[in-house]
Amino acid sequence: MVTANSELTYNSKIEGDIIVTRADAAINWVRTNSMWPMPMGLACCAIELMASAASRFDIARFGAEVMRFSPRQADCMIVAGTVTYKMAPVVRRIYDQMAAPKWVIAMGACASSGGMYRSYATLQGVDRIVPVDVYVSGCPPRPEALLDALMKLQAKVKREPSAAKLLHP
Amino acid sequence: MTTDVDLTTAVSQQFPSASPRASLDCPAFNILAAEVPAILQYLRDAQGFDFLTDLTAIDWTAEKSPRFTVIWHLYSSGQHRYVRVAADCTSATEPVMPSVTGLWAGADWHERECYDMFGIIFTGHPDLRRILMWDGYPYFPLRKEFPLAGLPAALPDAEISAETGAGVIAAPMMGGPFVAIPGQPMSAAEPRAKDEAWSEHSEKTV
Repeated sequence: MVTANSELTYNSKIEGDIIVTRADAAINWVRTNSMWPMPMGLACCAIELMASAASRFDIARFGAEVMRFSPRQADCMIVAGTVTYKMAPVVRRIYDQMAAPKWVIAMGACASSGGMYRSYATLQGVDRIVPVDVYVSGCPPRPEALLDALMKLQAKVKREPSAAKLLHP
Repeated sequence: MTTDVDLTTAVSQQFPSASPRASLDCPAFNILAAEVPAILQYLRDAQGFDFLTDLTAIDWTAEKSPRFTVIWHLYSSGQHRYVRVAADCTSATEPVMPSVTGLWAGADWHERECYDMFGIIFTGHPDLRRILMWDGYPYFPLRKEFPLAGLPAALPDAEISAETGAGVIAAPMMGGPFVAIPGQPMSAAEPRAKDEAWSEHSEKTV
């Protein structure tokens, strides 16, 4: 008597040790779920950034569990705060030191556009020196907004043609 | 404890060039730039004003002469009172003032900030560099002719400047500066431009 196969999951005893998928899907799956942030905390947004890493909001649930203070080990720079012109070259240099692939979240009004600092000393948006993937509104944004930005970035990363980029950079 | 009147007479007897300055709170004096170290030392050692609480400057605009006035606020930790001393810089184009870092080591950063914002050169300062803006910034931002939005300049780092093509720009004011007007409903009291008739896209008419 033949019974219907009730197994819904992959059974390596029957199918063998092979999984077929697209390279993009596999690469993006890895990148999406271990996106370690580089905390570029420059002002009060950094306090909310710390809150989103702490137990109540717990950014670790989205794979961004460990803030890496070394740019070499980070994937996503979160610019949290006011970037002055004096600080701008430092931000760019740290971005340059991050290993590709790398992404940038501009957290809050100041990082996105200069915010309320319409002045001679403040960089009018961090996108003037680094390519920004996601902008977060707020002054400062709630931790939920940062989590939402991270999820938006993950959705964006999932759509990237990663394999083609690796083969033909 | 000496009263304010005693202090005023003592200073004018000791230094005939010092004159009382209009003040709503503590005693204040106008003095000559050349006598700054002597008078401040007298106030510190003979009158007990041992703490330099503030050192700043005033720009009276380019039309006025003298243009720059440097202000010292001294506090006496023994008598719990303040005194204010003001001295005009003789030159408007190259304002110079004697440094008091020899009297109070804490004057160091005050004088650096004063130099950074107003361009006042403190002679005798051990290390007169900019403190807030970067070395090589071409302007003095708190001078009256300097606009709040700033003036175009190069970034502090030439390499980053070449890489990104970015530089210091005049900040888009969008009808600002943005101010909150108190005593109104929340919807009306939030910071907004006083004159919203113009922006960076449409010129100011008046």
